[in-house]
Amino acid sequence: MNEQELQWADLMRAANRGDTDAYRHLMAAIAPALRGFARRAFARSGLGVDEVEDAVQETLLALHLKRHTWDERQPLVPWVKAIARNKVIDALRRRGGSTHIPLDELSDTLADDRNSDSGQAADIANAVSHLKERDRQIVVAMSIEGASARDVAQRLAMSEGAVRVALHRALKALAKTLGSGTA
Amino acid sequence: MKTEDLINAIAQDAAARTMPMSWRLIFAVGGGCVLAALALVATIGVRPDIWSALGTWRFDAKLLSVVAVLAGAWGAVRHLSRPQGDSRSALFSAALPMLVAVVAIAAELLSAPVATWGQRAIGSNAKLCLVAILGLSLAPLAVLLATMRAGAPRSPSLAGGAIGLLAGAIGALFYAIHCPDDSPLFVALWYTPPIAVMAATGAVLGNRMLRW
Repeated sequence: MNEQELQWADLMRAANRGDTDAYRHLMAAIAPALRGFARRAFARSGLGVDEVEDAVQETLLALHLKRHTWDERQPLVPWVKAIARNKVIDALRRRGGSTHIPLDELSDTLADDRNSDSGQAADIANAVSHLKERDRQIVVAMSIEGASARDVAQRLAMSEGAVRVALHRALKALAKTLGSGTA
Repeated sequence: MKTEDLINAIAQDAAARTMPMSWRLIFAVGGGCVLAALALVATIGVRPDIWSALGTWRFDAKLLSVVAVLAGAWGAVRHLSRPQGDSRSALFSAALPMLVAVVAIAAELLSAPVATWGQRAIGSNAKLCLVAILGLSLAPLAVLLATMRAGAPRSPSLAGGAIGLLAGAIGALFYAIHCPDDSPLFVALWYTPPIAVMAATGAVLGNRMLRW
């Protein structure tokens, strides 16, 4: 286990205690690695790479919504790889690609792919537009505008707690729409 | 939407605290046991001679065999609820405890006269045994399936099968304290089929309900 893996696990433990900055750092560090993995998997199964970012975003949502399946006493990276593998295979299958991904492929490449910038993705924009109006406003404000729960609460005349509950529900709904391939 | 924008929203949701999967399973097993106990008491009840039965090796071996299967299935379920859980160690965890039953059977064959083996195996209450174990397992299966939907199993059908095995073992444990037949031969012959049916049911349901 290298230093970066230990650092990621520390960040995840902090995130599990509600540290949003640690969580943002962790997600931002994992995303490029996921992108590299997904890009190779898409290319190998004969699919164009223009939908790779959809798979990256779906994986990030799954990491978030399934984070309680990581045991804090175990290394983080194998868990991340397993989630990524599952989600990327799903994405390939929905697009009719071949789904043979050796796990080793991922283990070599998860840590060091930094050559890519963050892309746009179409599916999630679609999925967001399917949310209930209030939830859509909350997600847009907190993602694209980077607003805090308190800002959004004031803007929409809601309690901060209600905004947080709505955000969580909306992220679940987004993951479900992306996973069903109807976005 | 850009990925970094999505990350903003996800990061803010770190405030939504979440209970570790292993704790959720503890609550599910506990809840399943409470429901099975209530169902037992409300229907066929505990056998009247429970206290004297506790002093006999056959009754204790029966409970021990079922508890061992329950513990092994629980270990397998914990393992299979995680995305990186590999099926081989889960199967090992589920299968190993069955040795307890094998030892009990050996003890019975060595201690009971051959002429009584058949009657011990057939017992007095086989039909009820089949039905009651299935019935007592249903509520635990529902609770465990609902809990496992929060998991991230690599194989939904395998995870479902392990959950069915666990639910069947919970049902068997509570039926065992009603059941008047204590011979390890009876337990092997009549407890195994309903538990296997629960495991198969769990696998089928898991395949449909545990995808994520």
